[in-house]
Amino acid sequence: MAVALSLRVSVVATLLSLPFAIYIAYLLARRDFWGKQLLNALVHLPLILPPVVTGYLLLLTFGTQGAIGAALAEIGIVFAFRWTGAVLAAAVMAFPLMVRAIRLGIEAVDPRLEEAATTLGASPVSVFSTVTLPLILPAVLAGSVLAFAKAMGEFGATITFVASIPGETQTLPSAIYAFLQVPGGESSAVRLVVIAVIVAMGAVLASEVLARRMSGKVSGL
Amino acid sequence: MSLQFELAHRLGDFQLDVALDAPRGVTALFGPSGSGKTSLVNAIAGLLRPDQGRVVLDGRVLLDTEANIFVPPHQRRIGYVFQDARLFPHLSVRDNVTYGLRFAARTLPIEPVVDLLGLGGLLGRMPARLSGGETQRVALGRALLSDPQMLLMDEPLAALDTARKDEILPYLERLRDEAGLPILYVSHAMVEVARLATTLVLLRDGRITRAGPVAEVLSDPEAVRDLGVRDAGAILEATVQKRDAGDGLSVLASSAGHLFLPMVDLPEGALVRVRIQASDVILSKERPEGLSALNVLPATIKTLHEGAGPGVAVALMSGEDRLIARITRRSAKALELREGSRCFAVIKTVSVAPVDVGGQIAPEVG
Repeated sequence: MAVALSLRVSVVATLLSLPFAIYIAYLLARRDFWGKQLLNALVHLPLILPPVVTGYLLLLTFGTQGAIGAALAEIGIVFAFRWTGAVLAAAVMAFPLMVRAIRLGIEAVDPRLEEAATTLGASPVSVFSTVTLPLILPAVLAGSVLAFAKAMGEFGATITFVASIPGETQTLPSAIYAFLQVPGGESSAVRLVVIAVIVAMGAVLASEVLARRMSGKVSGL
Repeated sequence: MSLQFELAHRLGDFQLDVALDAPRGVTALFGPSGSGKTSLVNAIAGLLRPDQGRVVLDGRVLLDTEANIFVPPHQRRIGYVFQDARLFPHLSVRDNVTYGLRFAARTLPIEPVVDLLGLGGLLGRMPARLSGGETQRVALGRALLSDPQMLLMDEPLAALDTARKDEILPYLERLRDEAGLPILYVSHAMVEVARLATTLVLLRDGRITRAGPVAEVLSDPEAVRDLGVRDAGAILEATVQKRDAGDGLSVLASSAGHLFLPMVDLPEGALVRVRIQASDVILSKERPEGLSALNVLPATIKTLHEGAGPGVAVALMSGEDRLIARITRRSAKALELREGSRCFAVIKTVSVAPVDVGGQIAPEVG
């Protein structure tokens, strides 16, 4: 149960944050604007803050009493103590890792190729979708796997924000922690630990295979 | 189809300040590295936004800093062939050359370009698997298929060795003669300029020092300083009369007389350009006898230009063609060469390299 929930939370968190991560990474890599350093710091904040603090800040803003949470609750989107809240917590915690990986990928793309595309008539949006994006696919994949792994392991912010409700917000790490709190729960905890290891290894291996295939395509060999 | 521009741009200590009204054909920008050639071309493409300026292509205003007009590069319809090709590494040759088609106003058939550049066998390959010469041909094809109104070429041959250059030059000559696109061609290689250009623009320290029809500029003794003493040399137009005279030589007819050159690999009747370097021309007051050189052209001295060194650049008219000779001041004195005096220009056959002979010349444009 906890495994399926964690997988669902992590996949959704990764997929939903991907477009934003690509956009922010592009801004940070290629654009100059006022407040760029501030944005950069903001993105990295969850990496540096204690996860509990991030979770508490999420509770303050996205809880039912929170500034944004209350407004969203009006239109039926509730985060507090729901699995969607676990998604939000995982996404926020994994976001800096994803942005970093993609940003490095974008910085590695030769801007002269983008210039060439421009002279061939491609608008900035077309340049991005036909040149930049295909060339950063390996980085996008690497960032996604990293984010997925981070989301699978996310504990502090999740438990602070949405607690640990079995079947709703009790993700794999929360479940392991819960089993360890109960006498005799150790064997169940070990079972989950083994599953966690297998899932993590599987994700890394799969991404490795995909990345190899993609980078072959990207470099044209 | 014409291009007019005036540009002023400051880059650190460097100041670019140029204005030109380029006629049809191939306009070559010639100058040493650091003379501002690439900045100029980038400003026309829209990749560089100059401090001040105006660019008008065929009546279309692409840039006017005073009127605050800046047409973004993707709307300029100017093809750009870069020195480093910049093929998209993730796309096949076919996808590279057809890249611009989807953005073009009309869909060009790809076959004529594929044929013109000999790309037929390469379409299925990836750019990483191309040789340097093939890469540049693909880059050229890609630019042509974006349906441009003009082409910019920034030293497209500079990264290639001599053999590859020889492989591509004929394609560029065909492009000039068949596609009818105005081309701005940047180079610091005189061989390319002499073979391709219709108009020659000399650039030095961000300024245009001389611009005019290529034969005129190349034979202008005043321009020798900017061309470089080694690169000075005139262009002669001639027709191939006999491809093989039996001993490995070709006979060409020019307005100045017959020329014997090492075998020219072009059909009889073909119009060619021959570049004759100033340092390969010997002047004689009388028609020389008992001389090994095969080419003796009667000529009239137009001007003499004394350089800073021991040399004198002598501009000559031979028939309808211009020649330029570089001789020592001492010889000029001994022969009593003066403007208007008659003499003979002697050119050693073997001093004209095959690369100095170009194919079909575009019909003279007014």
